[in-house]
This record gives sequence, C-alpha cells and structure tokens, in this order.
Amino acid sequence: MTINGKTYIAGAFEHPTRHAPDKSVAQLHAEVALGALADAGLARDDVDGYFCAGDAPGPGPASMAEYLNLAKLRHVDATELGGASYVALAGHAAAAIALGQCDVALITLAGRPRSEGMATGTTPRLRDPNQPEAGFEFPYGLTTANGYAMCAMRHMHQYGTTSEQLAWIKVAASHHAQHNPNAMLPEIVTVADVVASPLIADPLHRLDCCVISDGGGALVIVRPEIAKSLRRPLVKIIGAGETVKHLAGGTFDLTTSGAARSGSAAFAEAGVEPADIKYASIYDSFTITVLIQIEDLGFCAKGAGGRFVSDGNLISGIGKLPFNTDGGGLCNNHPANRGGMTKVIEAVRQLRGEAHPAVQVKNCDLALAQGTGMQLGTRHCSATLILERE
Amino acid sequence: MTARQIPAPIVTVESEPFWNAARQGRFVVPTCAACGKTHWYPRAVCPFCGAKNIEWRAASGRATIYSFSVMRRVKEPYAIAYVTLAEGPTMLTNMVDCDFDALHIGQAVRVAFGETENGPPVPLFRPV
Repeated sequence: MTINGKTYIAGAFEHPTRHAPDKSVAQLHAEVALGALADAGLARDDVDGYFCAGDAPGPGPASMAEYLNLAKLRHVDATELGGASYVALAGHAAAAIALGQCDVALITLAGRPRSEGMATGTTPRLRDPNQPEAGFEFPYGLTTANGYAMCAMRHMHQYGTTSEQLAWIKVAASHHAQHNPNAMLPEIVTVADVVASPLIADPLHRLDCCVISDGGGALVIVRPEIAKSLRRPLVKIIGAGETVKHLAGGTFDLTTSGAARSGSAAFAEAGVEPADIKYASIYDSFTITVLIQIEDLGFCAKGAGGRFVSDGNLISGIGKLPFNTDGGGLCNNHPANRGGMTKVIEAVRQLRGEAHPAVQVKNCDLALAQGTGMQLGTRHCSATLILERE
Repeated sequence: MTARQIPAPIVTVESEPFWNAARQGRFVVPTCAACGKTHWYPRAVCPFCGAKNIEWRAASGRATIYSFSVMRRVKEPYAIAYVTLAEGPTMLTNMVDCDFDALHIGQAVRVAFGETENGPPVPLFRPV
C-alpha cells in the first residue's frame, strides 16, 4: 500500500497577516480554513476529514470542528509534531483518503505569538513536568536558541562550517522575501550583515534566527476524482515520511536530524532522487536547521552543507537548489512558531506556477517540503513530503 | 556580573535517588546491571536493553565538552553545554567558573555541584 498518486492538494492558503492583535486564534484558524476551501473551489460541507495540531485551541480537533461547524466529519487527526505537524498531517490526510476514510481533508494552523509577546527562542519553557527529561534539562536554561546553537557549534567543529556559510542561507531567503509584499523582513541582507548582527547564542546571530509572527495557513487535500473536477492545477502527493530523532540514552550526534530517515522514506515512496527535485521548502527556524536538513535529505554529502549553501546556491534563478521562495521563516512568516504549513504552501505555489514571477522556478514539476518540529538540540520530529505537478 | 539563578530540578519518584545522592555531594549515574551500559538522562528502564535493574553507580566526574553555547541575549549570560562523561553518555549541563570565551569542544571538564532555588544541587561542570 502506498499513498503515491492517491491524493492531490487542491487548496492552499496563507493568511496575509503577520500581526493580529485584533483576532483570536480560533478566528485565524477559521479564516485560513475558509481561504483554503475557497482556493480549492470547495465548501465547508464538503469537508469530511479535519486535521490539526497543538496550536488549535483546546485539546484535539473538537473545539475547532465546532467553531467551524464542520458537520460531516468521519475522520479526524490531531497529531502533534511541533512545527513539522502540517507536513506530516498532509501525509496522514493522503493515507486516510487512500484508505477511504475521508474524501476532502482540511488541515489548519494558526497562532499569535507576536501579539502575545512570547520570547519564543530565548526563554526556557517547562512544557510538561511529567516529561521524564525535564528535571535534567530545565535547570540548565535550555532554550530554543541555545539548543540549535549547540548543533551549529558541533557542526562547525566537526566539518569546518563557518558563520559566513550559515549566513548565506539568510541571504538567499532575503533575496526571495524582497518580492513578497507580506514578508516581515523584505530587505536584502548580506553575509556581512548577518555576521555583524548581535550574537543571541554562540554561534547564532540575530539574523540566523527566524521571525516571530502571527498568522496561519491551511491546506485542502482531496481524492483524484474530486481534484480533477476542480479548476486548479493538479498537485499530486507522491511521497511522505516522518520520524522522531532523540538523544538515544545519551549516545547522539547533533549534526544529523530526523530528515535523514523521513527524507529517505519519502524519496523511496515517490521513486525519485534528491537530484530530481526542482524546488525545496526547507524548515528554517534557524540557518543551521536548513544546513543540517539539506545534508540529511541527500542534496549534498554530510558535512558539505556549508559549501553547498554558499554563493547563492539556494537563490531562485541563480543556484542549483532554489529554496523557500516566499522568504521562509527566516524573512517572511513563522506563524504560531510553526513553519511546516507555510513550507507546504510555497511548494504548492511553485508547482502551480503561482509563486512570485521573480522567484518562480521554471518548469517546476517536482518539489519537496521538509519540516522539523520541536528542538534539534534534543528531540525533534521530522516530516518530509514530495509533490508532483501533473 | 551576577551568576544566573538555577531553578530547582523537578524531582520524580524515578529520579529521586539521583537527587538524594546529589544532596550528599555524590554524582551517581544510572547503569544497567544486565547490559552494563550507563545511560542519560536517568530512567528506571534501560534504554539500551530494556532491563529494569538499574544501579546508581558513583561516577568519576570526568568529562569532555561535546558542544556548548553561551547565551548572550540575557541579563546574566550563561553557558549551556553537552559533556560526554568518562562513563559513556553525553549529558546536558552548564559550564561554570570559566572564561566563556575560552571554552572549546574537546576540553576536559570535571563535575561541580551548583545550588538551585530551594531544590537539590544540580551537576555543573568546570574546566579541569
């Protein structure tokens, strides 16, 4: 049993807001849900599968299903994989549709950490005192920023990666963001700008970090017969993979991520190779996140990521691997501190030929979306999705 | 510069022996009586072989830095680190009593307990 070719992404919508003090989280979820349904040319009553993650208000899918008044649900899934959730949920929706559990799957994400004044990356957070590792991590001031920073520090030590090489990832994202009218940081930056920005957690600078934004996004995934009855370009799901990578009892390597496993599963299911991919959305909570995932997905050898991302190799129209052409989390949007949804949405835009003309990849028929959720420096979830334009 | 106050660790029924030893200034590590391997963070079930007879063994306190990062964007900068214990596993900690700018991967370090806010002391490390 495979999901390859069993479903299509018919609707994709990214909320244009980046700051929503005047809207509730539920309201944002509803706005993106309706946006994606309108994009697909479908109605709320067509939805029989609803998928969400930990950002949806209340436990599980119940509150949002009620708020949206979804009346015909016969399949729900509230798998929580942090920022990778929405990449994984697209795969789950494909599997559910392939099994006949639903025909029209709606996936939503929304949140407002910017309005709520969350110091997302630099404050230690105790999420659940029952987490068995909590007593051995929380006292030490582990934050999002210094956890990822330790991955970067180790990668530099092991492979000679430099701050300048990491900076190229931000530079490429900024070249794309200049064309996005909704981007939080639309200014082009240089390698010198990135390395001159203040250190947050050595060796990561402020400009190595993603933005904090309000907003959200949604996807609608459907059976082939439905997709072909709609007036949208056909974007087919051909491969999906997911995994968890953790500290393995204290025997770990911080320079690799779960993308190695989720990526190889997705490539195997899709029957394609990294070299076939025309466009890649790569989760970019920090520059180092991109570098490690690019290596683990097989776009270059482990340790060669620093050289691979340099000199504009990720810039559309210039480099070999155009990435995050919306500006990504580094420059555009990281709604609810969860970047997986916008990764899938920009891949859909590219495959439809609906990216900004300045960043649209020519003949873009094969794209990848990669998500990493939670903490690369401890335990994280990884999900990979491979999409094809038919 | 004042040092960052370390919050008290959460003590669970599973980790209590570790913290009781820490209160006596002893650094013990969970070691499986069945497979002989030491793991981290401590748990009641061996993550390597699944056995449930975990022994708390006195550790040497010797380790080397696997990776680290100095948190700059706070009032009281601090160094978080992973150190690889002589007994095998790599654990999260803070580096103390040191020049942050001189820290480096591979550096030899030794355990030094540090006080927490109304809790048992936690294992910290300082350069040898």
